[in-house]
Amino acid sequence: MEKSLNWREFVITRAIKASGYSAIVFVLLIFFFLMREGLPAIGEVEAGNLFSLRWYPIEEMFGILPLISGSIIVTIGAALIAVPFGIGTAVYISEIAPRWMREILKPLVELLGGLPSVVLGFLGILVVSPNLRILLDLPTGLTAFTGSLLLGGIAVPTVVSVAEDALDAVPRAYREGAWALGATKWQTIWRVTLPAAKSGVLTAIMLGVGRAIGETMTVMMVTGNAPVLATRLGSLFSPVRTMTATIAAEMGEVANGSVHYHTLFLIGIILFLISLTVNVLASSVVFRTKKRAERILS
Amino acid sequence: MVINRLMNKIEIENLSLQYADGAESLRGISMGIRQNAVTVLFGPAGGGKSTLLRCLNRLNDLTDIRTSSGRILIDGENILDPKTDVIALRRKVGMVFARPVPLPMSIRENITYGLELAGEKRRTKLNEAVERSLKLAAIWDEVKDRLNDPAVALSGGQQQRVCLARVLALQPEIILLDEPTSGLDPISTGKVEAALQELKKDYTVILVPHSVQQAARTADHAAFFLQGELIEYDNGKKMFTAPKEKKTEDYIMGRFG
Repeated sequence: MEKSLNWREFVITRAIKASGYSAIVFVLLIFFFLMREGLPAIGEVEAGNLFSLRWYPIEEMFGILPLISGSIIVTIGAALIAVPFGIGTAVYISEIAPRWMREILKPLVELLGGLPSVVLGFLGILVVSPNLRILLDLPTGLTAFTGSLLLGGIAVPTVVSVAEDALDAVPRAYREGAWALGATKWQTIWRVTLPAAKSGVLTAIMLGVGRAIGETMTVMMVTGNAPVLATRLGSLFSPVRTMTATIAAEMGEVANGSVHYHTLFLIGIILFLISLTVNVLASSVVFRTKKRAERILS
Repeated sequence: MVINRLMNKIEIENLSLQYADGAESLRGISMGIRQNAVTVLFGPAGGGKSTLLRCLNRLNDLTDIRTSSGRILIDGENILDPKTDVIALRRKVGMVFARPVPLPMSIRENITYGLELAGEKRRTKLNEAVERSLKLAAIWDEVKDRLNDPAVALSGGQQQRVCLARVLALQPEIILLDEPTSGLDPISTGKVEAALQELKKDYTVILVPHSVQQAARTADHAAFFLQGELIEYDNGKKMFTAPKEKKTEDYIMGRFG
C-alpha cells in the first residue's frame, strides 16, 4: 500500500515536471527554427536592398521598412483606441455599474473576445471601410486607420477582461479608506483603485497590444496591403501592409529555401523581437515600481 | 442613561436599519454620545456595532440597504438628511478600520491626501500636518526618516497608526475606530490605546473594541449591543463592575459570545 502510493506520487510529479519542461523545449525549438530559416536572409540580401523602401519580391526587391512601419502604425492606432476605451469600460463595469448591469456586461465582453477575427474582417470590408471612404472622402476605405479601428475592437475585450479582474481584486477596504477621508467616487478611482491595480492594468494593456501586433486575418482584409512607407500623419488614411499580413499572404506560394522564403522568416524574427520588447518593457515597469513588501502584499 | 443632553456631541434617535441581504440590522437605537470622551460600542459579532459606526459617516450609503429610519444629530443637525454634504461630513467624522489599509502611496502622501482633497496646497501647511498628526498617533519617531517610503512597507502596527494619523491630519471632530487593534501585537495595541486617551482631550472618540478586556480598559462610556439592539448604555466603570442587565453580565463574564 505504502509502496504503491509512493510510486503513484513519483509518476505524477514526473508527469507534471515533464509537461512544464516541454513548454520550454517547444519555445526553444520554435526559436531555433525561426533563426535557422530567417538568418540566412541577412547574408543573401544586401543591406541596401533590405532597408530600401520597396517590397517587391518578384523583382528581388526586399525592402522591409514599409512592412515594419505598416505594422507599427496600425498597432499604435489600435492601442490608442483600445487602451482608453478598454480601461474606461473596465472601470465602469467594476466601479460604477449597478450589479445587474455588471452581470450582463461582463459575459458580453468575454463573448466579444471570442469572436473569430475573420468575422470582424467581414464587418470591416462590408461596413466600416465603405462608410469611412464616404465619410472622410478617401480614394479607398482600405486604410491603416480602418485596420486600427478593427484591431482596437479586437483588443478591447482582452483589455477590459484583464483590467476588470485586476480592479475587482483591489480590496473594498482601500476604497472605503479613501471615501472615509472625503474622496469622491472619481477621486477614489483615479488615485487609489487604479494605482492599487496598476500591475494588472499594465498586464491588460500589454496583452491587448500583443493581440493587436500579432493579429493577421483582419488587417489582411482591411488595410489594403500596399507596401508603402508611412511617413506622414496622412499615411494613417492610406493603405499599408503589415508584417503579419505579408507572411500570411506570401508564405504559401514561396519556393522553399529561396531568398524570398528566408526573408519572410526574417520578418518573423523581427515580429518576434518586437513583441519580446513590448513584453520586457511592460514587465520591467511593473517590477521596478514594486518593492519587496508590496510584492508580498499583492 | 442619565447623560446630560447638552454635553452630547451626537444624538441618535430611534435609528433602525436593515441590509438588503438581511445579514445585520439595527433596531430602534437611541443614545447620546458625549464630547471629549471615549465611547465604546461592544458585544458579540453581528450585533450592529460596525453598522452603527458606518451610519455616523454615511459610509453605509454605498451598501445595499433595504430600509432605514430615525435620525442622527451631530451638533444638532440631522446627518441622515439627503441634503447633507456627505464629503464634508466625512472630513468632520474620521474613521479607522479593522484592517490597516494604507493607500498605495508614500507615508507622507497617505497623510496629505485627505488635505489635498480638501483643497490644501500650501507645502508648509501640509508638512506641519504630517508632523503633527504622526506625533499624535505616536509613530513620528519611527517613520520621520523615511516619509517617502511606500506606506505598505511598514509593519501592521505601524500601518494602523499611519491610518490613524491620516484621519487626524484632517482635524476631524469625531473619530470612529472599528476594531483598530484586531490584527496588532500587544505593544502596538498599547500604543494605539494610549493615543486614544490623548485624543479624547480634543476629539469625540467612538471605539468598537476587539475584546471585552479592551472595552473595559478604554471606556468612559460603554454601550452593549446584541443582535441589533442596544441592551445597556452606561458609564464605563459601572458597566464593567456592576452591569444592570443579566445579558450584559453574562457576556462580560464570558458565559456566551
